[in-house]
Amino acid sequence: MAERFAPPSSPPGTLAAAWIVARKDLAIEFRTRTAFLAALVFALLGVTIFFFAWDSTAVAAADLAPGVLWVIFTFAGLLGLQRSFGSELGDRAVDGLLGAPIAREAIYLGKALANLVFVSGILVVTIPAVVLFYNLPLGREIAALAGIAGLAAIGLVAVGTLFSAMAVNTRMAELLLPMLSLPFFVPIVMAAAQSSARLMAGRPAAEAWPWLRILLAYDVVFVTACTLAFPYTLDE
Amino acid sequence: MPPVVHAENLVRAFSGRRVVDCVSFTLNEGDCLALFGPNGAGKTTLLRMLAGLLAPGQGAVHVDGVPLAAGPAARARVGLVSHASMLYGALTARENVALAARLHGLPHPDDAAMRALATMRVDDRADVATRTLSRGLQQRVSIARAIVHTPRLLLCDEPYTGLDDAGSVALTATLAERRDAGAALLLVTHNLAEGLALATQAAIMRRGRFVRHEARALLDVGSYQSQYRELAAVDG
Amino acid sequence: MIRSVSPARDPLLGVAVLAIAAVYVRALAFTPIEARQGAAQKIMYVHATSAFIALYVAFVLLAVCSLLYLWLKDEKLDRVAESAAEVGLVFTTVVLVTGPLWGKTIWGAWWTWDARLTATLFLWFLIVAYLLLRGAVEERGRRARYSAVLGILAAPLVPFIHLSVYLFRTLHPMPILLKPSAPSMPSEMVVTFVASFLAFALLFIALLRARYRIATLRDALADHEEAHG
Repeated sequence: MAERFAPPSSPPGTLAAAWIVARKDLAIEFRTRTAFLAALVFALLGVTIFFFAWDSTAVAAADLAPGVLWVIFTFAGLLGLQRSFGSELGDRAVDGLLGAPIAREAIYLGKALANLVFVSGILVVTIPAVVLFYNLPLGREIAALAGIAGLAAIGLVAVGTLFSAMAVNTRMAELLLPMLSLPFFVPIVMAAAQSSARLMAGRPAAEAWPWLRILLAYDVVFVTACTLAFPYTLDE
Repeated sequence: MPPVVHAENLVRAFSGRRVVDCVSFTLNEGDCLALFGPNGAGKTTLLRMLAGLLAPGQGAVHVDGVPLAAGPAARARVGLVSHASMLYGALTARENVALAARLHGLPHPDDAAMRALATMRVDDRADVATRTLSRGLQQRVSIARAIVHTPRLLLCDEPYTGLDDAGSVALTATLAERRDAGAALLLVTHNLAEGLALATQAAIMRRGRFVRHEARALLDVGSYQSQYRELAAVDG
Repeated sequence: MIRSVSPARDPLLGVAVLAIAAVYVRALAFTPIEARQGAAQKIMYVHATSAFIALYVAFVLLAVCSLLYLWLKDEKLDRVAESAAEVGLVFTTVVLVTGPLWGKTIWGAWWTWDARLTATLFLWFLIVAYLLLRGAVEERGRRARYSAVLGILAAPLVPFIHLSVYLFRTLHPMPILLKPSAPSMPSEMVVTFVASFLAFALLFIALLRARYRIATLRDALADHEEAHG
């Protein structure tokens, strides 16, 4: 009788558990798809509206593009982050995660990973759209741009997932998440916009490098800080 | 052989008020503690502490000799059924239970999920999104989720809520089978008859304390019922 | 037991107000007028000292108490953090109001994206977000934990913003700024600055104590109602 209760092959480690949580979140998102499509449409509409909000004879479209891209990325990202913990509270599904033999950090990392996929999906469509609508001459810089996008997405998702975990438990979640997150997104937007502007204007990579360093440092600091802080957002 | 669960001087306060006030008990293999009490007595909080969802302010919980506070692995031996379904509505019954199996590190999560669903007689609805199921069927899936990893300690917080006759029969049979196989059960219920049917111990909780706690065999059901009604009436 | 201690009877508050009044009399009547900037420079006695206290005292206190709270779980630390945030908000607002007043007189522009002023603006946003977060969470333990997390995360953010704006400004042509001449200040100005700093520091401490007492009374009242309500 004792062997019926032996702890079944050891529970997953933190990274494996994070992957399980991420897959679960992505499966749910894929099932409904509404949040992703809404964020995508928002991003494309935003990019379009910005174009008409400027006097195109005074400011060249190519000069406008980096700013527009990263501002829209931030707000579309927020739409995605809003839904991050929504599925957990309704039927207390989060208790299933908390009662499982996995580290609390795995829950954060898993959700952040799912959010990263979500945000990356938006970027994959939005960046080509910006290149198209704003007539950007884009050649070999595309790889560097992808790198900047990746770093920016990591920073956005690290901070946004943490604040999403807190905001979802409050009365004004939709308002609180932007209020908490936007000050933290400012260094990301600045660094991403400034470095991609320089790259797209064909300036030497050395000019973009200081901004990339800020972005890299930001990611390291905030991914660490948010992973450590996450367990404190749980009611224990 | 350590007891399945040993709770010692558990205390938990919210905003200065003690919701669980010095609760201690021990359950061995094959024990079932039926826990009764009025609303607000602290039963749910106690269960959440035993499941590792809440940390006690004072005191400790040991499951199979391992303290819950030691780390995530200690939670592997515990299963929780609460009155919320803890399911992800967009996922199917099979996916929900398989998720729990994966989080516990079971080698064949899908097979284990189907077995658990079959035990609760809900395997014919395995591939239906759980949000489309009736409350009673959701509860059965929820129970399957809690037993998929054959926990040593099964905590049930008003599990009969919403179950029809067939569901109640399946639940009682499953709980009895678990108990006879050597697991320990803690069953919180408002239904004295259902609780006492499975119990080897019975306790009444009021204002955070066990005001009565004794072996089932020593109970006179009639006087127990009237005393329980009295105690419940005082608190309203 | 709830002792009723009224903030109005705190002697420190009275002392602080008198001290500030005294400093202002000194600043306006007994301190020389700065050569390049004229009388407008005198606003620096308020602006610079408020900035220093807001950033280095209030914000650091907030961040440190947040960290200590998560470690020690003592409610008193949470109340100090809350008080530091509110009083710090007042001081930060003073900086943001006096800065443009000075800027308009000296540079002719109400606002420039000066690194320090921008970092102060974001500090203001962060403190407002902190207080809004506290307002949105009802349960005391959770409110304290969430605020502490925000308080700690805000600490590395401010240097990042400062650095980003500094980098932005060095790479973009911007109007040349006049800075208040620090090293070659006549001794009377230095004395006024120091006196102003001390007076504002006293004010900060007095306001902090008053706010802390309010928080303590509020929590004690809530406990009392829980127990007997």
